[in-house]
Amino acid sequence: MTDEPVIDPSLLRGLTQSRFTRRDLFRYAGAAGGALGISAILAACGTKGIATGSAASGKPNANMGTAAWWAQQSEHKVLDFDNWPYYMDIGPNNSHPSLDEFTKKTGIKVNYTENIQDNPSYWTQHILPQLRAGQSQGHDIIVLTNNDYPLGYMLNFGWAIPLDHSAMPNFDKYASKLVTNPSWDPGNTYTMAWQSGYTLIAYNTKYVKGPINSVDVLWDPQYKGKIGMFGNASELGCVGLLALGKDPATSTPDDWTAAAAKLQEQKPLVRSYYDQDYIKALKAEDTWISMAWSGDIFQAGLQGYDTLQVAIPQEGVMFWTDNMLMPYTASNPKDAMVYMDYVYDPKVQAVIEDYNNYVCPVPSSKGIIATDLHDPAVANSPLVFPNSQMIAASKNYYQWKDAQDLKTWNDTFIPIFQ
Amino acid sequence: MERHVHPDLPVEPDEPPRRARRRFQPAPYLLGAPAILWLAILFIVPLFTMLSLSLQTCDPNTYACTMTWNFGEFGNVISRYSDQLIRSIVYAGAATVIDLVIAFPLAYWIAFYGGRRKNFYLLMLLVPFFVSFVIRTTAWQFLLADQGPILGPLKSLHLLPQNYHVLATWIAVVAGMAYNYLPFTALPLYVALERIDRRVIEAAGDLYSNRTSVFMRVIFPLAIPGIFAAFLLTFVPAAGDFVNASILGGTNNTMIGNVIQQAFLVQNDYPAASALSAILMAAMLIGIFAYSKILGARTIEEYV
Amino acid sequence: MSAAVPAEGGVRDLSVEMPPARGRRRRWTSYILPVYSWLVLIYLLIPIAFMVIYSFNQSHSRLPQVNYKWEGFTTKWYQQWNGIPGLGDAFFLSIKLALATTIVAAIVGTLLALALVKYRFRGKGGVEQTMFTNIAAPEIVLGASLLGFFITLNVDRGFVTLLLAHVMFSIAYVTITVRARLSGYDLNVEWAAQDLGATPWVTFWKVTLPLIYPGIMAGALLAFALSIDDFVTSSFVAGNSTTFPLWVYAAVRVGIPPQVFVLGTVIFTAGVIVAAMNLVSQGRRKRQEEAARKKANEPDESVVDVEAEFNVGVR
Repeated sequence: MTDEPVIDPSLLRGLTQSRFTRRDLFRYAGAAGGALGISAILAACGTKGIATGSAASGKPNANMGTAAWWAQQSEHKVLDFDNWPYYMDIGPNNSHPSLDEFTKKTGIKVNYTENIQDNPSYWTQHILPQLRAGQSQGHDIIVLTNNDYPLGYMLNFGWAIPLDHSAMPNFDKYASKLVTNPSWDPGNTYTMAWQSGYTLIAYNTKYVKGPINSVDVLWDPQYKGKIGMFGNASELGCVGLLALGKDPATSTPDDWTAAAAKLQEQKPLVRSYYDQDYIKALKAEDTWISMAWSGDIFQAGLQGYDTLQVAIPQEGVMFWTDNMLMPYTASNPKDAMVYMDYVYDPKVQAVIEDYNNYVCPVPSSKGIIATDLHDPAVANSPLVFPNSQMIAASKNYYQWKDAQDLKTWNDTFIPIFQ
Repeated sequence: MERHVHPDLPVEPDEPPRRARRRFQPAPYLLGAPAILWLAILFIVPLFTMLSLSLQTCDPNTYACTMTWNFGEFGNVISRYSDQLIRSIVYAGAATVIDLVIAFPLAYWIAFYGGRRKNFYLLMLLVPFFVSFVIRTTAWQFLLADQGPILGPLKSLHLLPQNYHVLATWIAVVAGMAYNYLPFTALPLYVALERIDRRVIEAAGDLYSNRTSVFMRVIFPLAIPGIFAAFLLTFVPAAGDFVNASILGGTNNTMIGNVIQQAFLVQNDYPAASALSAILMAAMLIGIFAYSKILGARTIEEYV
Repeated sequence: MSAAVPAEGGVRDLSVEMPPARGRRRRWTSYILPVYSWLVLIYLLIPIAFMVIYSFNQSHSRLPQVNYKWEGFTTKWYQQWNGIPGLGDAFFLSIKLALATTIVAAIVGTLLALALVKYRFRGKGGVEQTMFTNIAAPEIVLGASLLGFFITLNVDRGFVTLLLAHVMFSIAYVTITVRARLSGYDLNVEWAAQDLGATPWVTFWKVTLPLIYPGIMAGALLAFALSIDDFVTSSFVAGNSTTFPLWVYAAVRVGIPPQVFVLGTVIFTAGVIVAAMNLVSQGRRKRQEEAARKKANEPDESVVDVEAEFNVGVR
């Protein structure tokens, strides 16, 4: 008992001592009262709103993106690009060959990061607070999906720099019809697609015997505890609507309520509501059947998980697009334009696509992947280069009319996975 | 100077004579100023900012928030998230009780039989802290996977049905929390037991008390303040935890921490998130108040 | 390690510290407690062992991720520890942040501890309660309220806010550790030093600081540990910065690159070595002190008894 313990017992003693007496508590209440006074001052400030609506003036990008504005910009030979995880071709030693090639060709050094885990949390942590304060968001290009609310907010607030349409020859020439003039950004004023993809069903052939042709399989009790769903209001709601035979794009709040009821009914069978980690659960065979994003399953197959298969349900598959855009605080817009058009070079896109295996925004890359990159599996996949059948099966997401509409949607579907 | 009977009795060598006490002394304020300001600005003020946010109303279109003294938000979130609130208390309580049961014999053993190896055992107890708790939890996720090293062999021997799983159940969440917070339970218990005056035990032995009654009538009562301290140190972080539920949990395992995190970081619902945080904080303060009320500050200072 | 080894030690001590069970043979039941305790200690190490072992697992995949299929032993991930973009940066950011937090919190917290122990002043109770509330506050509340605060003030989040937050939740731990240390010592020695003509400054450096040094070290270590492993609070206030735990949390959503286990193993090993060195040096110091005491022929126990009586009298 002469030994002194490693962690000073006095520390623990300190930690575990209560130092409250009743007199102290009264005094504390007094202090709390004083601090409430502080809060009253804070409360008086409140938080100012952000200008919205169609009036362009007053929005941060009001004077940006015109020909004259672009003429004043110059290349800084550096570019900050923030993307989603595992969304860029990887070469030896974790290099990104297409980025290295870009730097070699243009002299623009790319700081490439993959910090975007999902749209809402990226919006809340990395876009909204910075941009509303007029501070730099830290990146020249970010990637947001059309199936979630942040993209709409971003454009509505005037927080994206309009593209320089005189500087996108590759896009004009090679971009797929699926990503030109999209409904969420008419005329590609602000965005160019990075990749598109399908939200469909993936299953493990070891445990689930195909073929699967309906989303009803996600409601099959024999897979209880082995079904994975997305814990994302937009994706989850759409599957519920598809299961009811509704087209999400034209659905009504009544349909949403019905879909939510259908999803509640499924809840006891569901193992968990996943985000990006659904793929880990599929690979570990924790889930046998799961909602999935098309490219992930393809990539998993290449990593040796060859029992993972995708199914195209007859109710349809959701088609989404991840869009590149420039926050208005971007410090290198010119370099960003060069890069965004660069990825529409079919040769470059072939390299990127051969890694990503999502839906390719450049149809002409197909031949290059098949011949030059010797990867016919990717080139011939309808999930990468959609055929007419795939295009017919594709469904679009519902576009929220306003924040109230979005709130109704969220309040309908979020309680399912919370 | 190894062991006082009351080593914690504060030594106040420079306690000024009564008359002089009223004179203003700048020294303590100067010494304490950096820390006090730090805590005031970055702990107290944010707490009240949070309270203030929970009373505001925000426009989801423009993110404008105005103070409306909307106390209704508290009622709203309590009714909307009562499941998660109750679940958090139940899970954290279960994990804490499990930890107390696991840790007590261990702490007892180290305190009474540790001898010269005490330090070594305490180090063993602390070693997990050298590994990031996210990594530890993820390691459990791998170990407990349906076809992982624990369940996989049992399934291939057909001892368990194919779709049996531990992950994504409340068992995994509680087990994960129990694992992560076990040292927080064991250490205060150890301190309490270690500080029991051995002569009291000897005295009990001299009075022909057998080992069981020495334990039940002497050691255990003397360890009670330590048990409460351990309970607090385990329960408080466990109740606010969201990492275990998000890595190890599944459907219907979300805790209040997950809801707060979602409300803040995904839904931008600042009033709801703030109201929930305030409720959680208030619950903890009530717990601490009850703790000091039941045991009294002096008892604790003497024995823990 | 065999359970018999600690059992032996345990039994030896039993005869010293517990009511002696004279003349009785050790029964098998006396092994239950040591065996059980060792099982618990081993249980604590299970996920760590998993991490260490799988940091050596081979993988031939195009995108190497930790997988429980054993594919052969390799040290390749140790050679390519910096092979994952972002991971190295996150690791060094965490180290930098933890060091800065440790230094600031140790200084600020120690000063407060000195103020609390040496003086009575108005507001002392409030300060103590604030510290206690700070420790008792769930981390999610700390993080959420700080985020709300920074949002209200429009403060850009990054390294600075991380540092502010980490010091905020470390101060109370440092203060309590140092104070507990201080209250165990007789601060009359400070007066003795001053009576002997030492200036307050000299007294602080030559008397007070050496006395409280172990407490400061313990508090600093704690601050370092709290900071380097913090996830919850950091996730709220990190902004665009990514600390090691944040990086790991994001990465493990999709799959764990083996390098995460490599860096985890490195931190773990370094921590164990530092702690072990601390243990050894403490043991040595103890022995020296004991030897010195013997030399001075001063029986330790009598001192304690006198003090004990004194304390009882005071109460």
